[in-house]
Amino acid sequence: MSPFVRLVRRDLKRAFAQGGAWLPLVFYLLVATLFPFAIGPDAALLAKVGSGALWTAALLAALLPVERLVRPDIVSGVMDQLAVRGQSDEAVAAAKLMAHWLSFGPPLMTATLPAAALLNLDGATSARLEIGLMLGTPGLAALGLAVAALTASLRRAGALIGLVMLPLAVPLLIFGASQGEGALKLLGATSLLFVAAAPFVAGAALRAGRS
Amino acid sequence: MTRLALEGIACFRGGRLLFEDLNLGLEPGEGMLVTGANGVGKSSLLRIAAGLLAPAAGRVARDGAVALAAEAAALDEDQTLFAALAFWTWLDGGSDEVVAMALAAMGLAQLAPVPVRLLSTGQRRRATLARVIASGAGIWLLDEPASGLDAESMNELAAAMAGHLAAGGVILAASHQPLGLEMREFAL
Repeated sequence: MSPFVRLVRRDLKRAFAQGGAWLPLVFYLLVATLFPFAIGPDAALLAKVGSGALWTAALLAALLPVERLVRPDIVSGVMDQLAVRGQSDEAVAAAKLMAHWLSFGPPLMTATLPAAALLNLDGATSARLEIGLMLGTPGLAALGLAVAALTASLRRAGALIGLVMLPLAVPLLIFGASQGEGALKLLGATSLLFVAAAPFVAGAALRAGRS
Repeated sequence: MTRLALEGIACFRGGRLLFEDLNLGLEPGEGMLVTGANGVGKSSLLRIAAGLLAPAAGRVARDGAVALAAEAAALDEDQTLFAALAFWTWLDGGSDEVVAMALAAMGLAQLAPVPVRLLSTGQRRRATLARVIASGAGIWLLDEPASGLDAESMNELAAAMAGHLAAGGVILAASHQPLGLEMREFAL
């Protein structure tokens, strides 16, 4: 098995073993439950704002795992040991991105089925939302990883993570929640850009953090 | 052939010059003990030798793979000791037998199924050393390998180091206590 696959497996195992991977999921479903309470039982209105509400919930849920993505591995010396073994920081970051998305994207897409029902979304809107999340969650995961690496040297970065990450995620939110034509293509393009850049940003941050 | 050479190394940490123009070379089968008070830069020297820290000046020549035992154990807390160690050994291309051998060498064989989070400080230290033994790397960099070890573990450590040197390996250790092995000393 290649080192990349081993790293992905380790991170994935850790995400679910520590329960951290379930947290964003529960949070996402909770927000989907709160929305009808706040807006009221107006089915037509809920169906209209539902897609945007779920995208906002997904964005906020993406913040939750960020703090445990990189910093624990730096503190425990895992990153140093990987570097000593000649694993490039970019490859480690790419493996972390893969593992993070696997523990975040597909579960969120699954949770969207009950969430869409709670908000009375029709089949077409739900399908569009699912496709949007499939295209957008890799971008969200990439943003999360880059921000995690950039803030890894800070002890209590929780609030800062939100402040750094949410503005950057605005394009994903706009194209994801938009019903306009071509929005999904732009969403995919934005997501691709984040996924392509994140390993390099995170890798540079990891390297800088060592000196 | 395993070799380690540091030439004209200078190290700046936190705006302070820790040492400069440092030269040391280790030939196959040679070990060296770096001594010095707390904070003189023993750990930084090992991190430079490991390639984790870029020296302010000078160059490091490494001939062979590096295994580092630093202060942090780098073992996953919720895994069993065996699984946590096996992760690194597999990355290094070793097998389960290598892990079992390394655990036995540090007297940890009975603790293999115990989760890492339940290990004591001394046991973690021994697990860190077991990871170095299992790595199969030629260059061992040991940062305070003896801290927290009892007399028996000290003997196991000395035996492992002697075996590594006899096999043509290289050891650079930083410690302020003797390691029970004849090695050149280098005062920082």
